[in-house]
Amino acid sequence: MYPCKFKKTEVMVHYRGDLSIVFGGAAGQGVQTIADALVSLLRTSGYHVSACTEFMSRIRGGSNSTEVRIASCRRNAFVRRIDLLFALNAEVLEHLAERITPETTVFAEKEGRGDIEALRVIDTPLAEFAREAGSPVYANTVAVGVVLGILGIRLEGFRDFLSGQFADKGDDVVERNHKAADLGFRFGREAAERESLSVTLPAPEEKLGALLLNGTQALGIGAVSAGCSFISSYPMSPGTGLLTFLAAHGPRFSIVVDQAEDEIAAINAGLGASYAGARALVTTSGGGFALMGEGISLAGIAEQPVVVHIGQRPGPATGMPTRTEQGDLNLVLYAGHGDFARAVYAPGTLEEAILVMQRAFETADRYQVPVFVLTDQFFLDSVMTMPKESVPDLSLDRCIVRSDAGYQRYRFTADGVSPRSVPGHGDGVVKVDSHEHDESGHLTENFSIRERMVSKRLQRLEEMKQQAIRPSWYGNPSASTVVVSWGSNRGVVEEALDLLQHDDNIASLHFSQLYPLHADAQTLLEGRHVVVVENNATGQFADFLHREYGIVAARRVLKAIGEPFAVEDIMNVLQTSGGEA
Amino acid sequence: MKEQAGSGSNPFDIPHKKQGWCPGCGNYKILESLKIALHELELDRREVVIVSGIGQAAKTPQYVNANMFNGLHGRALPVALGVKLSNRGLTVIAESGDGCMYGEGGNHFLHAIRRNADITVIVHDNMIYGLTKGQASPTSLQGMKTPVQVGGVVLEPFNPVAVALALNAPFIARASAADVRETVDIVKQAVSFRGLALVDVFQPCVVFNRLNTYQWFREHTYYLDEHHDVTDRKAAFALALETGRYPLGVLYREDGRPTYEEQLGIPHEPSWNHEVSREAFDDLVGSFR
Repeated sequence: MYPCKFKKTEVMVHYRGDLSIVFGGAAGQGVQTIADALVSLLRTSGYHVSACTEFMSRIRGGSNSTEVRIASCRRNAFVRRIDLLFALNAEVLEHLAERITPETTVFAEKEGRGDIEALRVIDTPLAEFAREAGSPVYANTVAVGVVLGILGIRLEGFRDFLSGQFADKGDDVVERNHKAADLGFRFGREAAERESLSVTLPAPEEKLGALLLNGTQALGIGAVSAGCSFISSYPMSPGTGLLTFLAAHGPRFSIVVDQAEDEIAAINAGLGASYAGARALVTTSGGGFALMGEGISLAGIAEQPVVVHIGQRPGPATGMPTRTEQGDLNLVLYAGHGDFARAVYAPGTLEEAILVMQRAFETADRYQVPVFVLTDQFFLDSVMTMPKESVPDLSLDRCIVRSDAGYQRYRFTADGVSPRSVPGHGDGVVKVDSHEHDESGHLTENFSIRERMVSKRLQRLEEMKQQAIRPSWYGNPSASTVVVSWGSNRGVVEEALDLLQHDDNIASLHFSQLYPLHADAQTLLEGRHVVVVENNATGQFADFLHREYGIVAARRVLKAIGEPFAVEDIMNVLQTSGGEA
Repeated sequence: MKEQAGSGSNPFDIPHKKQGWCPGCGNYKILESLKIALHELELDRREVVIVSGIGQAAKTPQYVNANMFNGLHGRALPVALGVKLSNRGLTVIAESGDGCMYGEGGNHFLHAIRRNADITVIVHDNMIYGLTKGQASPTSLQGMKTPVQVGGVVLEPFNPVAVALALNAPFIARASAADVRETVDIVKQAVSFRGLALVDVFQPCVVFNRLNTYQWFREHTYYLDEHHDVTDRKAAFALALETGRYPLGVLYREDGRPTYEEQLGIPHEPSWNHEVSREAFDDLVGSFR
């Protein structure tokens, strides 16, 4: 059971503390617009707000929903519980049926909604109010008004928001939106009173000026701050957002944006750009990345830095295009034929997304290897707050040298990494080759050169290991059970541990770098009861820990249905057995 | 500062470099023509990048003293694009064979033309797969028997110049490897052309292609003269469809078409010098407040 902060008597419902509000409707109905407006308003008022979205792979129709959470501290996780549900159509009630409980208050149009499990259903005439305000398109504005009325948040902020949002559409449109907001607000306030519904929100405390962004935007900020100057990609959900982010901001930062004809072109264009001196980025999802395998191998032998972002979604093949999973770790660890060094990152927070992007470009340049950033749909589309101070500074250590007349791109050095120059920068020429090559970059079949080149390319892994990001420990340092997660599962695991405060024997360890692993990882895990939580069907990271360290996960907590872990999922696992298998 | 070549020597030569082609291969002539053309254009070899794929033709930049990206089979064009977009000041040449450019890299060929970046595309067209020992290539003529096409090639040959014209490439030429002087002149025009320039070079493969020999190419080609208006796209199209005797020379050119990099408005500053504006970055972060 989720810790109960819900008290219900015959006549009164009181929601206290963390609140989960879900908006559901068909694609095109504006669910996202409502959530965006509400989240923005709540953030401005200083609440710890977050939102996550699940949607179907269609442009119109279907059933989509967005969960907005207001919490007593920064939270970054999906909860199954729904306190307030705003259903913009009847299908949503069916779609979310499993999450609707007697504790849920449902706001829906009276027409056609059928039977609902919830005890408390409030007929909410959104369409009627919208028409009254001037047009059915104002239903979303009405809905936000209703929420504010229920929550008891002053309407002024929303009115200002609407004035700003629709300023260029004329006073008329602004006025009608204000009217729609007023009607909704009044209804919400009266309904709360009539139904004895009260909400006590956690106290707002976040400093005004906190940033509000989603995972994609954090990655984009990270890429810009790292001096990314080139992106070539073929659109594929959920990786496309990074391409559109950089397209939107590219002109101000002189970032070249090329929409490739296919993923093979994307990775090869990225390598060409990198060869010419760009910090090059490619974004895709698992299926697109699968097409890039040979290009990744080329990056390996050519020692050409490149950063590839893979926004994971459930596979195999087309799988579930708009859903979430962590099923591509093996693909990324082993992509590309032959032996060569690489690095894999997987951010779990907004701060980590920015930092990891910077680190990815630095690692790529410094060690001249392909670097992967693994995220997933849940992480990319989730909106969270972040203190402005935690945006790291610009980071531009390029490791590019001017060439002299006798320059050799693959000169043997003590650490295996040759000084990298680029064409047109100095007196030499730069020759890179997909064949095995000599120091000058010309192809060779000489066995002894081959032997030295192979070890040159692998030698750098040792130093990369020393530079790896240390995994984050959370909880009692001497806990006997450790819950291991990577990437987007950081928030859900840490929240579950917070809620199990009484259990001092469970801690968690989150990895935002998956390869090479930080040397401390082994020490932190050895001798403990290891529970690995992953959004995939087989436990790819658990397998990896076993291969790398011989550490056997006592329990694998897996989920591969297309939905992220909910806090309740992790709670159930840890509560029922303390993580024991 | 420009490098000064001594009289008679070509700075694009790599002295004493062993070349891995069969004796009599058409690739020697194309390599020679390319180096002469680059030298006569007085290009600084430090600012010339030759990108190639895989195949016998793709070895060409191994034997040229200039920047080289010898990448993957079929992928020369995307690499060349990335180079050009990241440093507009470089002279970028993508050079590979017919299998690489028209087969494995066919999709890139189509879209490279549509983009029209300032890249010269030189295709060694020997109508056969040499590196893999004699299978049909996209341009193999129908009826030719190979170890795979044992009953003879049945596929319609890929017509690169007609395809390029259909996609409105702004510079399209065909050359013949055997004729070094003519090829030098065509390559010089292509390299100095601003925009995507295609040069399809007929090349004999003396080991695997017993049909399209030096003599066959002599008998089945002719050079265009001044009667052909190179700005007439329809006339060029008619020439591109000629297959009995193939026209050589510049089939079509349209000067002044904006290049991809011009249309994108990408900076002239090379990307290795890229800097992030502190003010713009603060604005960007601030926009998420």
